[in-house]
Formats: sequence, C-alpha cells, structure tokens
Amino acid sequence: MLYINCPHCGLRSQNEFAYGGDATVKRPELNKEISDQEWDNFVYLRKSPRGKHLELWHHISGCRQWIKVERDTSTHEIFKTYKANEAIE
Amino acid sequence: MQKYSVFSLIKNAFSDHQNWEVAWKDPTPKKEYDVIIIGGGGHGLATAYYLAKEHNITNVAIIEKGWIGGGNVGRNTTIIRSNYMHDENGLFSEFGMDLWRKMSQDLNYNVMFSPRGIINLAHSDAQMNAYSRRGNSMRLNGIDAVLLNREEVQKLIPMADFSDNVRFPIFGGLMQPSAGTARHDAVAWGYARQADSMGVDIIQNCEVTGFDVSNGKILGVRTSKGDIKAKKVGLCVAGSTNILAEMLNMTLPIETHLLQACVSEPIKPLLDHVVTFGAGHFYCSQSDKGEMVMGGDLDGYNSYSQRGNLPTLQHVLTEGIAMFPFLSKLKMLRTWGGIMDMSMDGSPIIDKTHINGLYLNCGWCYGGFKATPASGWTFAHTIAQDRVHDLNAGYSLNRFSNGNLIDEKGLGTKTWIS
Repeated sequence: MLYINCPHCGLRSQNEFAYGGDATVKRPELNKEISDQEWDNFVYLRKSPRGKHLELWHHISGCRQWIKVERDTSTHEIFKTYKANEAIE
Repeated sequence: MQKYSVFSLIKNAFSDHQNWEVAWKDPTPKKEYDVIIIGGGGHGLATAYYLAKEHNITNVAIIEKGWIGGGNVGRNTTIIRSNYMHDENGLFSEFGMDLWRKMSQDLNYNVMFSPRGIINLAHSDAQMNAYSRRGNSMRLNGIDAVLLNREEVQKLIPMADFSDNVRFPIFGGLMQPSAGTARHDAVAWGYARQADSMGVDIIQNCEVTGFDVSNGKILGVRTSKGDIKAKKVGLCVAGSTNILAEMLNMTLPIETHLLQACVSEPIKPLLDHVVTFGAGHFYCSQSDKGEMVMGGDLDGYNSYSQRGNLPTLQHVLTEGIAMFPFLSKLKMLRTWGGIMDMSMDGSPIIDKTHINGLYLNCGWCYGGFKATPASGWTFAHTIAQDRVHDLNAGYSLNRFSNGNLIDEKGLGTKTWIS
C-alpha cells in the first residue's frame, strides 16, 4: 500500500487516489504552429525512468484535487508531494 | 546435441540420470559477433533460434542481465491465443499459433502446449454485439471463433456464477477453441537448448551498461563482462526497454508498469478452459498441478519493482470471486509481479531504428508470452534481412507519429488502465 501525503488533506492511503501519469509532459502552446513531432512528443513519447518520477495523482475519493507526486519507480519511496499549480524547484 | 526421447530417458535411467548433457553451455563472450541479442527471455531466445535456423546466422550472442527465463517468460500466466480484431494483430498471432502447434516437435522439447480454448465472458447485450463483431473479424482472418449464449457457456463452465440477481450476469461469451496454454519455462529452455546447439552463445549474468554508436551506426555493446563488438544489435528486454533507450538517447512510446499474477493451492481438475471476466480485468485457468492461475489489472502506476501491491491484488480477486464464487474458499499459494513494456496503443513494436544496425522489439504490454514464437520469427527476419516482414510491417515505431495506430481496445494512451 502506498501512502500519499495530499498537500490539501494530509497522509492518505493509495485507495483514495487515481493515477494520472507523467507530470513532466507539457501540452504544446495554443494558437501556435505545431509540428507532428511536437505532437508525438506530447501525446506518445515517455521517458518512464527507473528512479525518481514526477507524476500526477487525483485525490478522487478525497478532496478531488489533482496533485503532483515525486516517487521512486523502483522502491516506491515518495519524496515529496506538490499542489498541481505549485512551483517545483 | 543429445536428442530427447523415451529411449534416451530409459538409457539415462540406467545411470541414475547422472550423464545427461548440459542443455546449454556457459561460454565467455567472444570479441565480436554478427548479431547480439540483448535479453535472454522468450523473445530473445526465440529470435536467436530463428536467426540460426531460418537465416543461417549462427555467430550470435544472447546477453542476459540475470538468468535466462527469469523475467516475464517465467512470470506470465501462460495463455496462448489469437483472438484479435485488427488484421495486424490477428494475422501475426495466428502465424504464431501455427508455430505453437509445431513447437514441441520443432524444439525436441515438450512445451506442453494445451489448446484448451479461451472463453471471454460477456455481461451485457452491448458486449455480446462487440464480441460478435470481434468474432467475425477473427473468422475473416481464418481464426476460429465461436459466439456462445448463456446456456452454452453454462455447459462449459458450470462453476461460474449463474445465479439470479448478480451484479454482472453472464449473457454469453466469445470462445477461441484453438487457444490454450503452454509450460512457459519449457519454451525458454527449449529455444535456449536448440539455439545453443546451433552455435549461439548464451551469456548470462552479463548486464549491458552502454552502447558503442558512431556516425549513426551501431558498433557494439558495453557490458559488465567487457566490450563486445557487433554488426547488428537487437533489443528484446520488455520492461527494461526504457532503461536501454535512455543509454541510446531515444525516447519511446512506452511506459513500464507492473502486472501481478498468482496461483491458488492445488485442487482437483475443475476448469477445462482459460476464462476471462468481461466486466473488468480477471482471467483464470487451471494448471496441470491443479493450481488456479489468475491475473488481472496492472498495479496502475509506473513501476520497475517486479513485486506487487496488495490493493490491486484484492481488487482483481474480488472480480475473480464475482465470476467464480468458489475461489473465495481457496488459499493463495503464491503471488508475483513482472514489469511490462506498455505501448501507447497496446500493440507491440518490431522495427528498425534510426541507428543503423539497431533493431527494436518491445511494447508487448501483457501479451508477450503468446507472441514468443511469432515475435522471434519476425524479429529474426527483420534483423537478418534489414527489413520488416509483412507480418510485422504494422508494428512500426513511427506509427505513433504518422497516425497508423493499432489500438485494439480503443483505450488510447492511458497505459495504466489498459
């Protein structure tokens, strides 16, 4: 069982959350000419690292906020959690 | 190579089975090979075997970080099927079914192929319509498919929940009678033994630490046992694909996720088929030892851990009990996990890359075991001829950027829910 520290609600079990994937993927800007390669990068290509991974989770059975979680994909250690709009250093 | 037969078995019984030849050698790597296959799992071993057998390329090494057959080929639930709707998947898998049927004779190794049939259960009228469409697509590709109504399903699997007022009543199902199971370890060992006998070097406990690439051409690999030169290199590393891709500065349409499986304590013969629950992810078959072999959902977040998490197992087995209530009385014998190379459309990639002499075989999601022979056969062709075969032409790496996806389930890029 993962325990995720929701920045809004505190420590909760993984059962309350839904996964939302890689949080480092950036949607191309609106109203800008986009190449097929840029769309490919955004929609399909993923680093999927072994180690630290910044990812989105949805606290769907809690406060219903989207949050960002920095987790190790090999050990499942959670280093830090952020609000969705929080700056990440 | 010593041939396995009833006569060699009797002969060796007289010497208390002390004089069997080793099934494969343990060579030290040579300085250079024509082809290096990275990954000594089912696909890598099959690729080396077909390179030697079909293309007469025997100066080949298989490099494996751990021991052969210790990854997903030893961790799956042994299901073999070709019940796909899309042409690319259906024709590829059905070609594989033919190789499965001949495999034990071909490899002189009993892989215990058991074409017991797979039944996908349907729990609504809409699902029956979808299965009818899939079944018709299968038949157009020459694959056997039978649409079963509720009574026909009940005759085949009376132990399923056919009572009134269940949450997911069984409306019927789609059956592929020629589908089945095989002994997964035997597949790895059979391919390894034959490949070894034709001159392939199987190098275990040898981790790839880097690649030697110059002017867009592959020159060799760096390993924990030293640098090895190669004219061509093929990647067959399933869940570790992204780790090697990073060494090559490649980003792939793949995420690595964890899938669990489990077996119950052994019970008397009860279930004759492979059965899948249609209202979620759960599948079940009974092994020759009598264990119920079960699996279902991914753990649901990127993972390289090769061990599972209990909430997912509980969720999967809840579905199992909804389908087969008797499962709740059984004790769990063993659970385990393997890491899956989940592609963004649920279909695999067998293709050349932008690096000359580097070939890619990945993206099997959780359908890799059944594809072992067809994957090895087509990947060997792709490497030997430096061009894809018609059978794997659809499994291209650039289909994501040019829009020719093969999205069998229509789930899109959320690999963790597929």
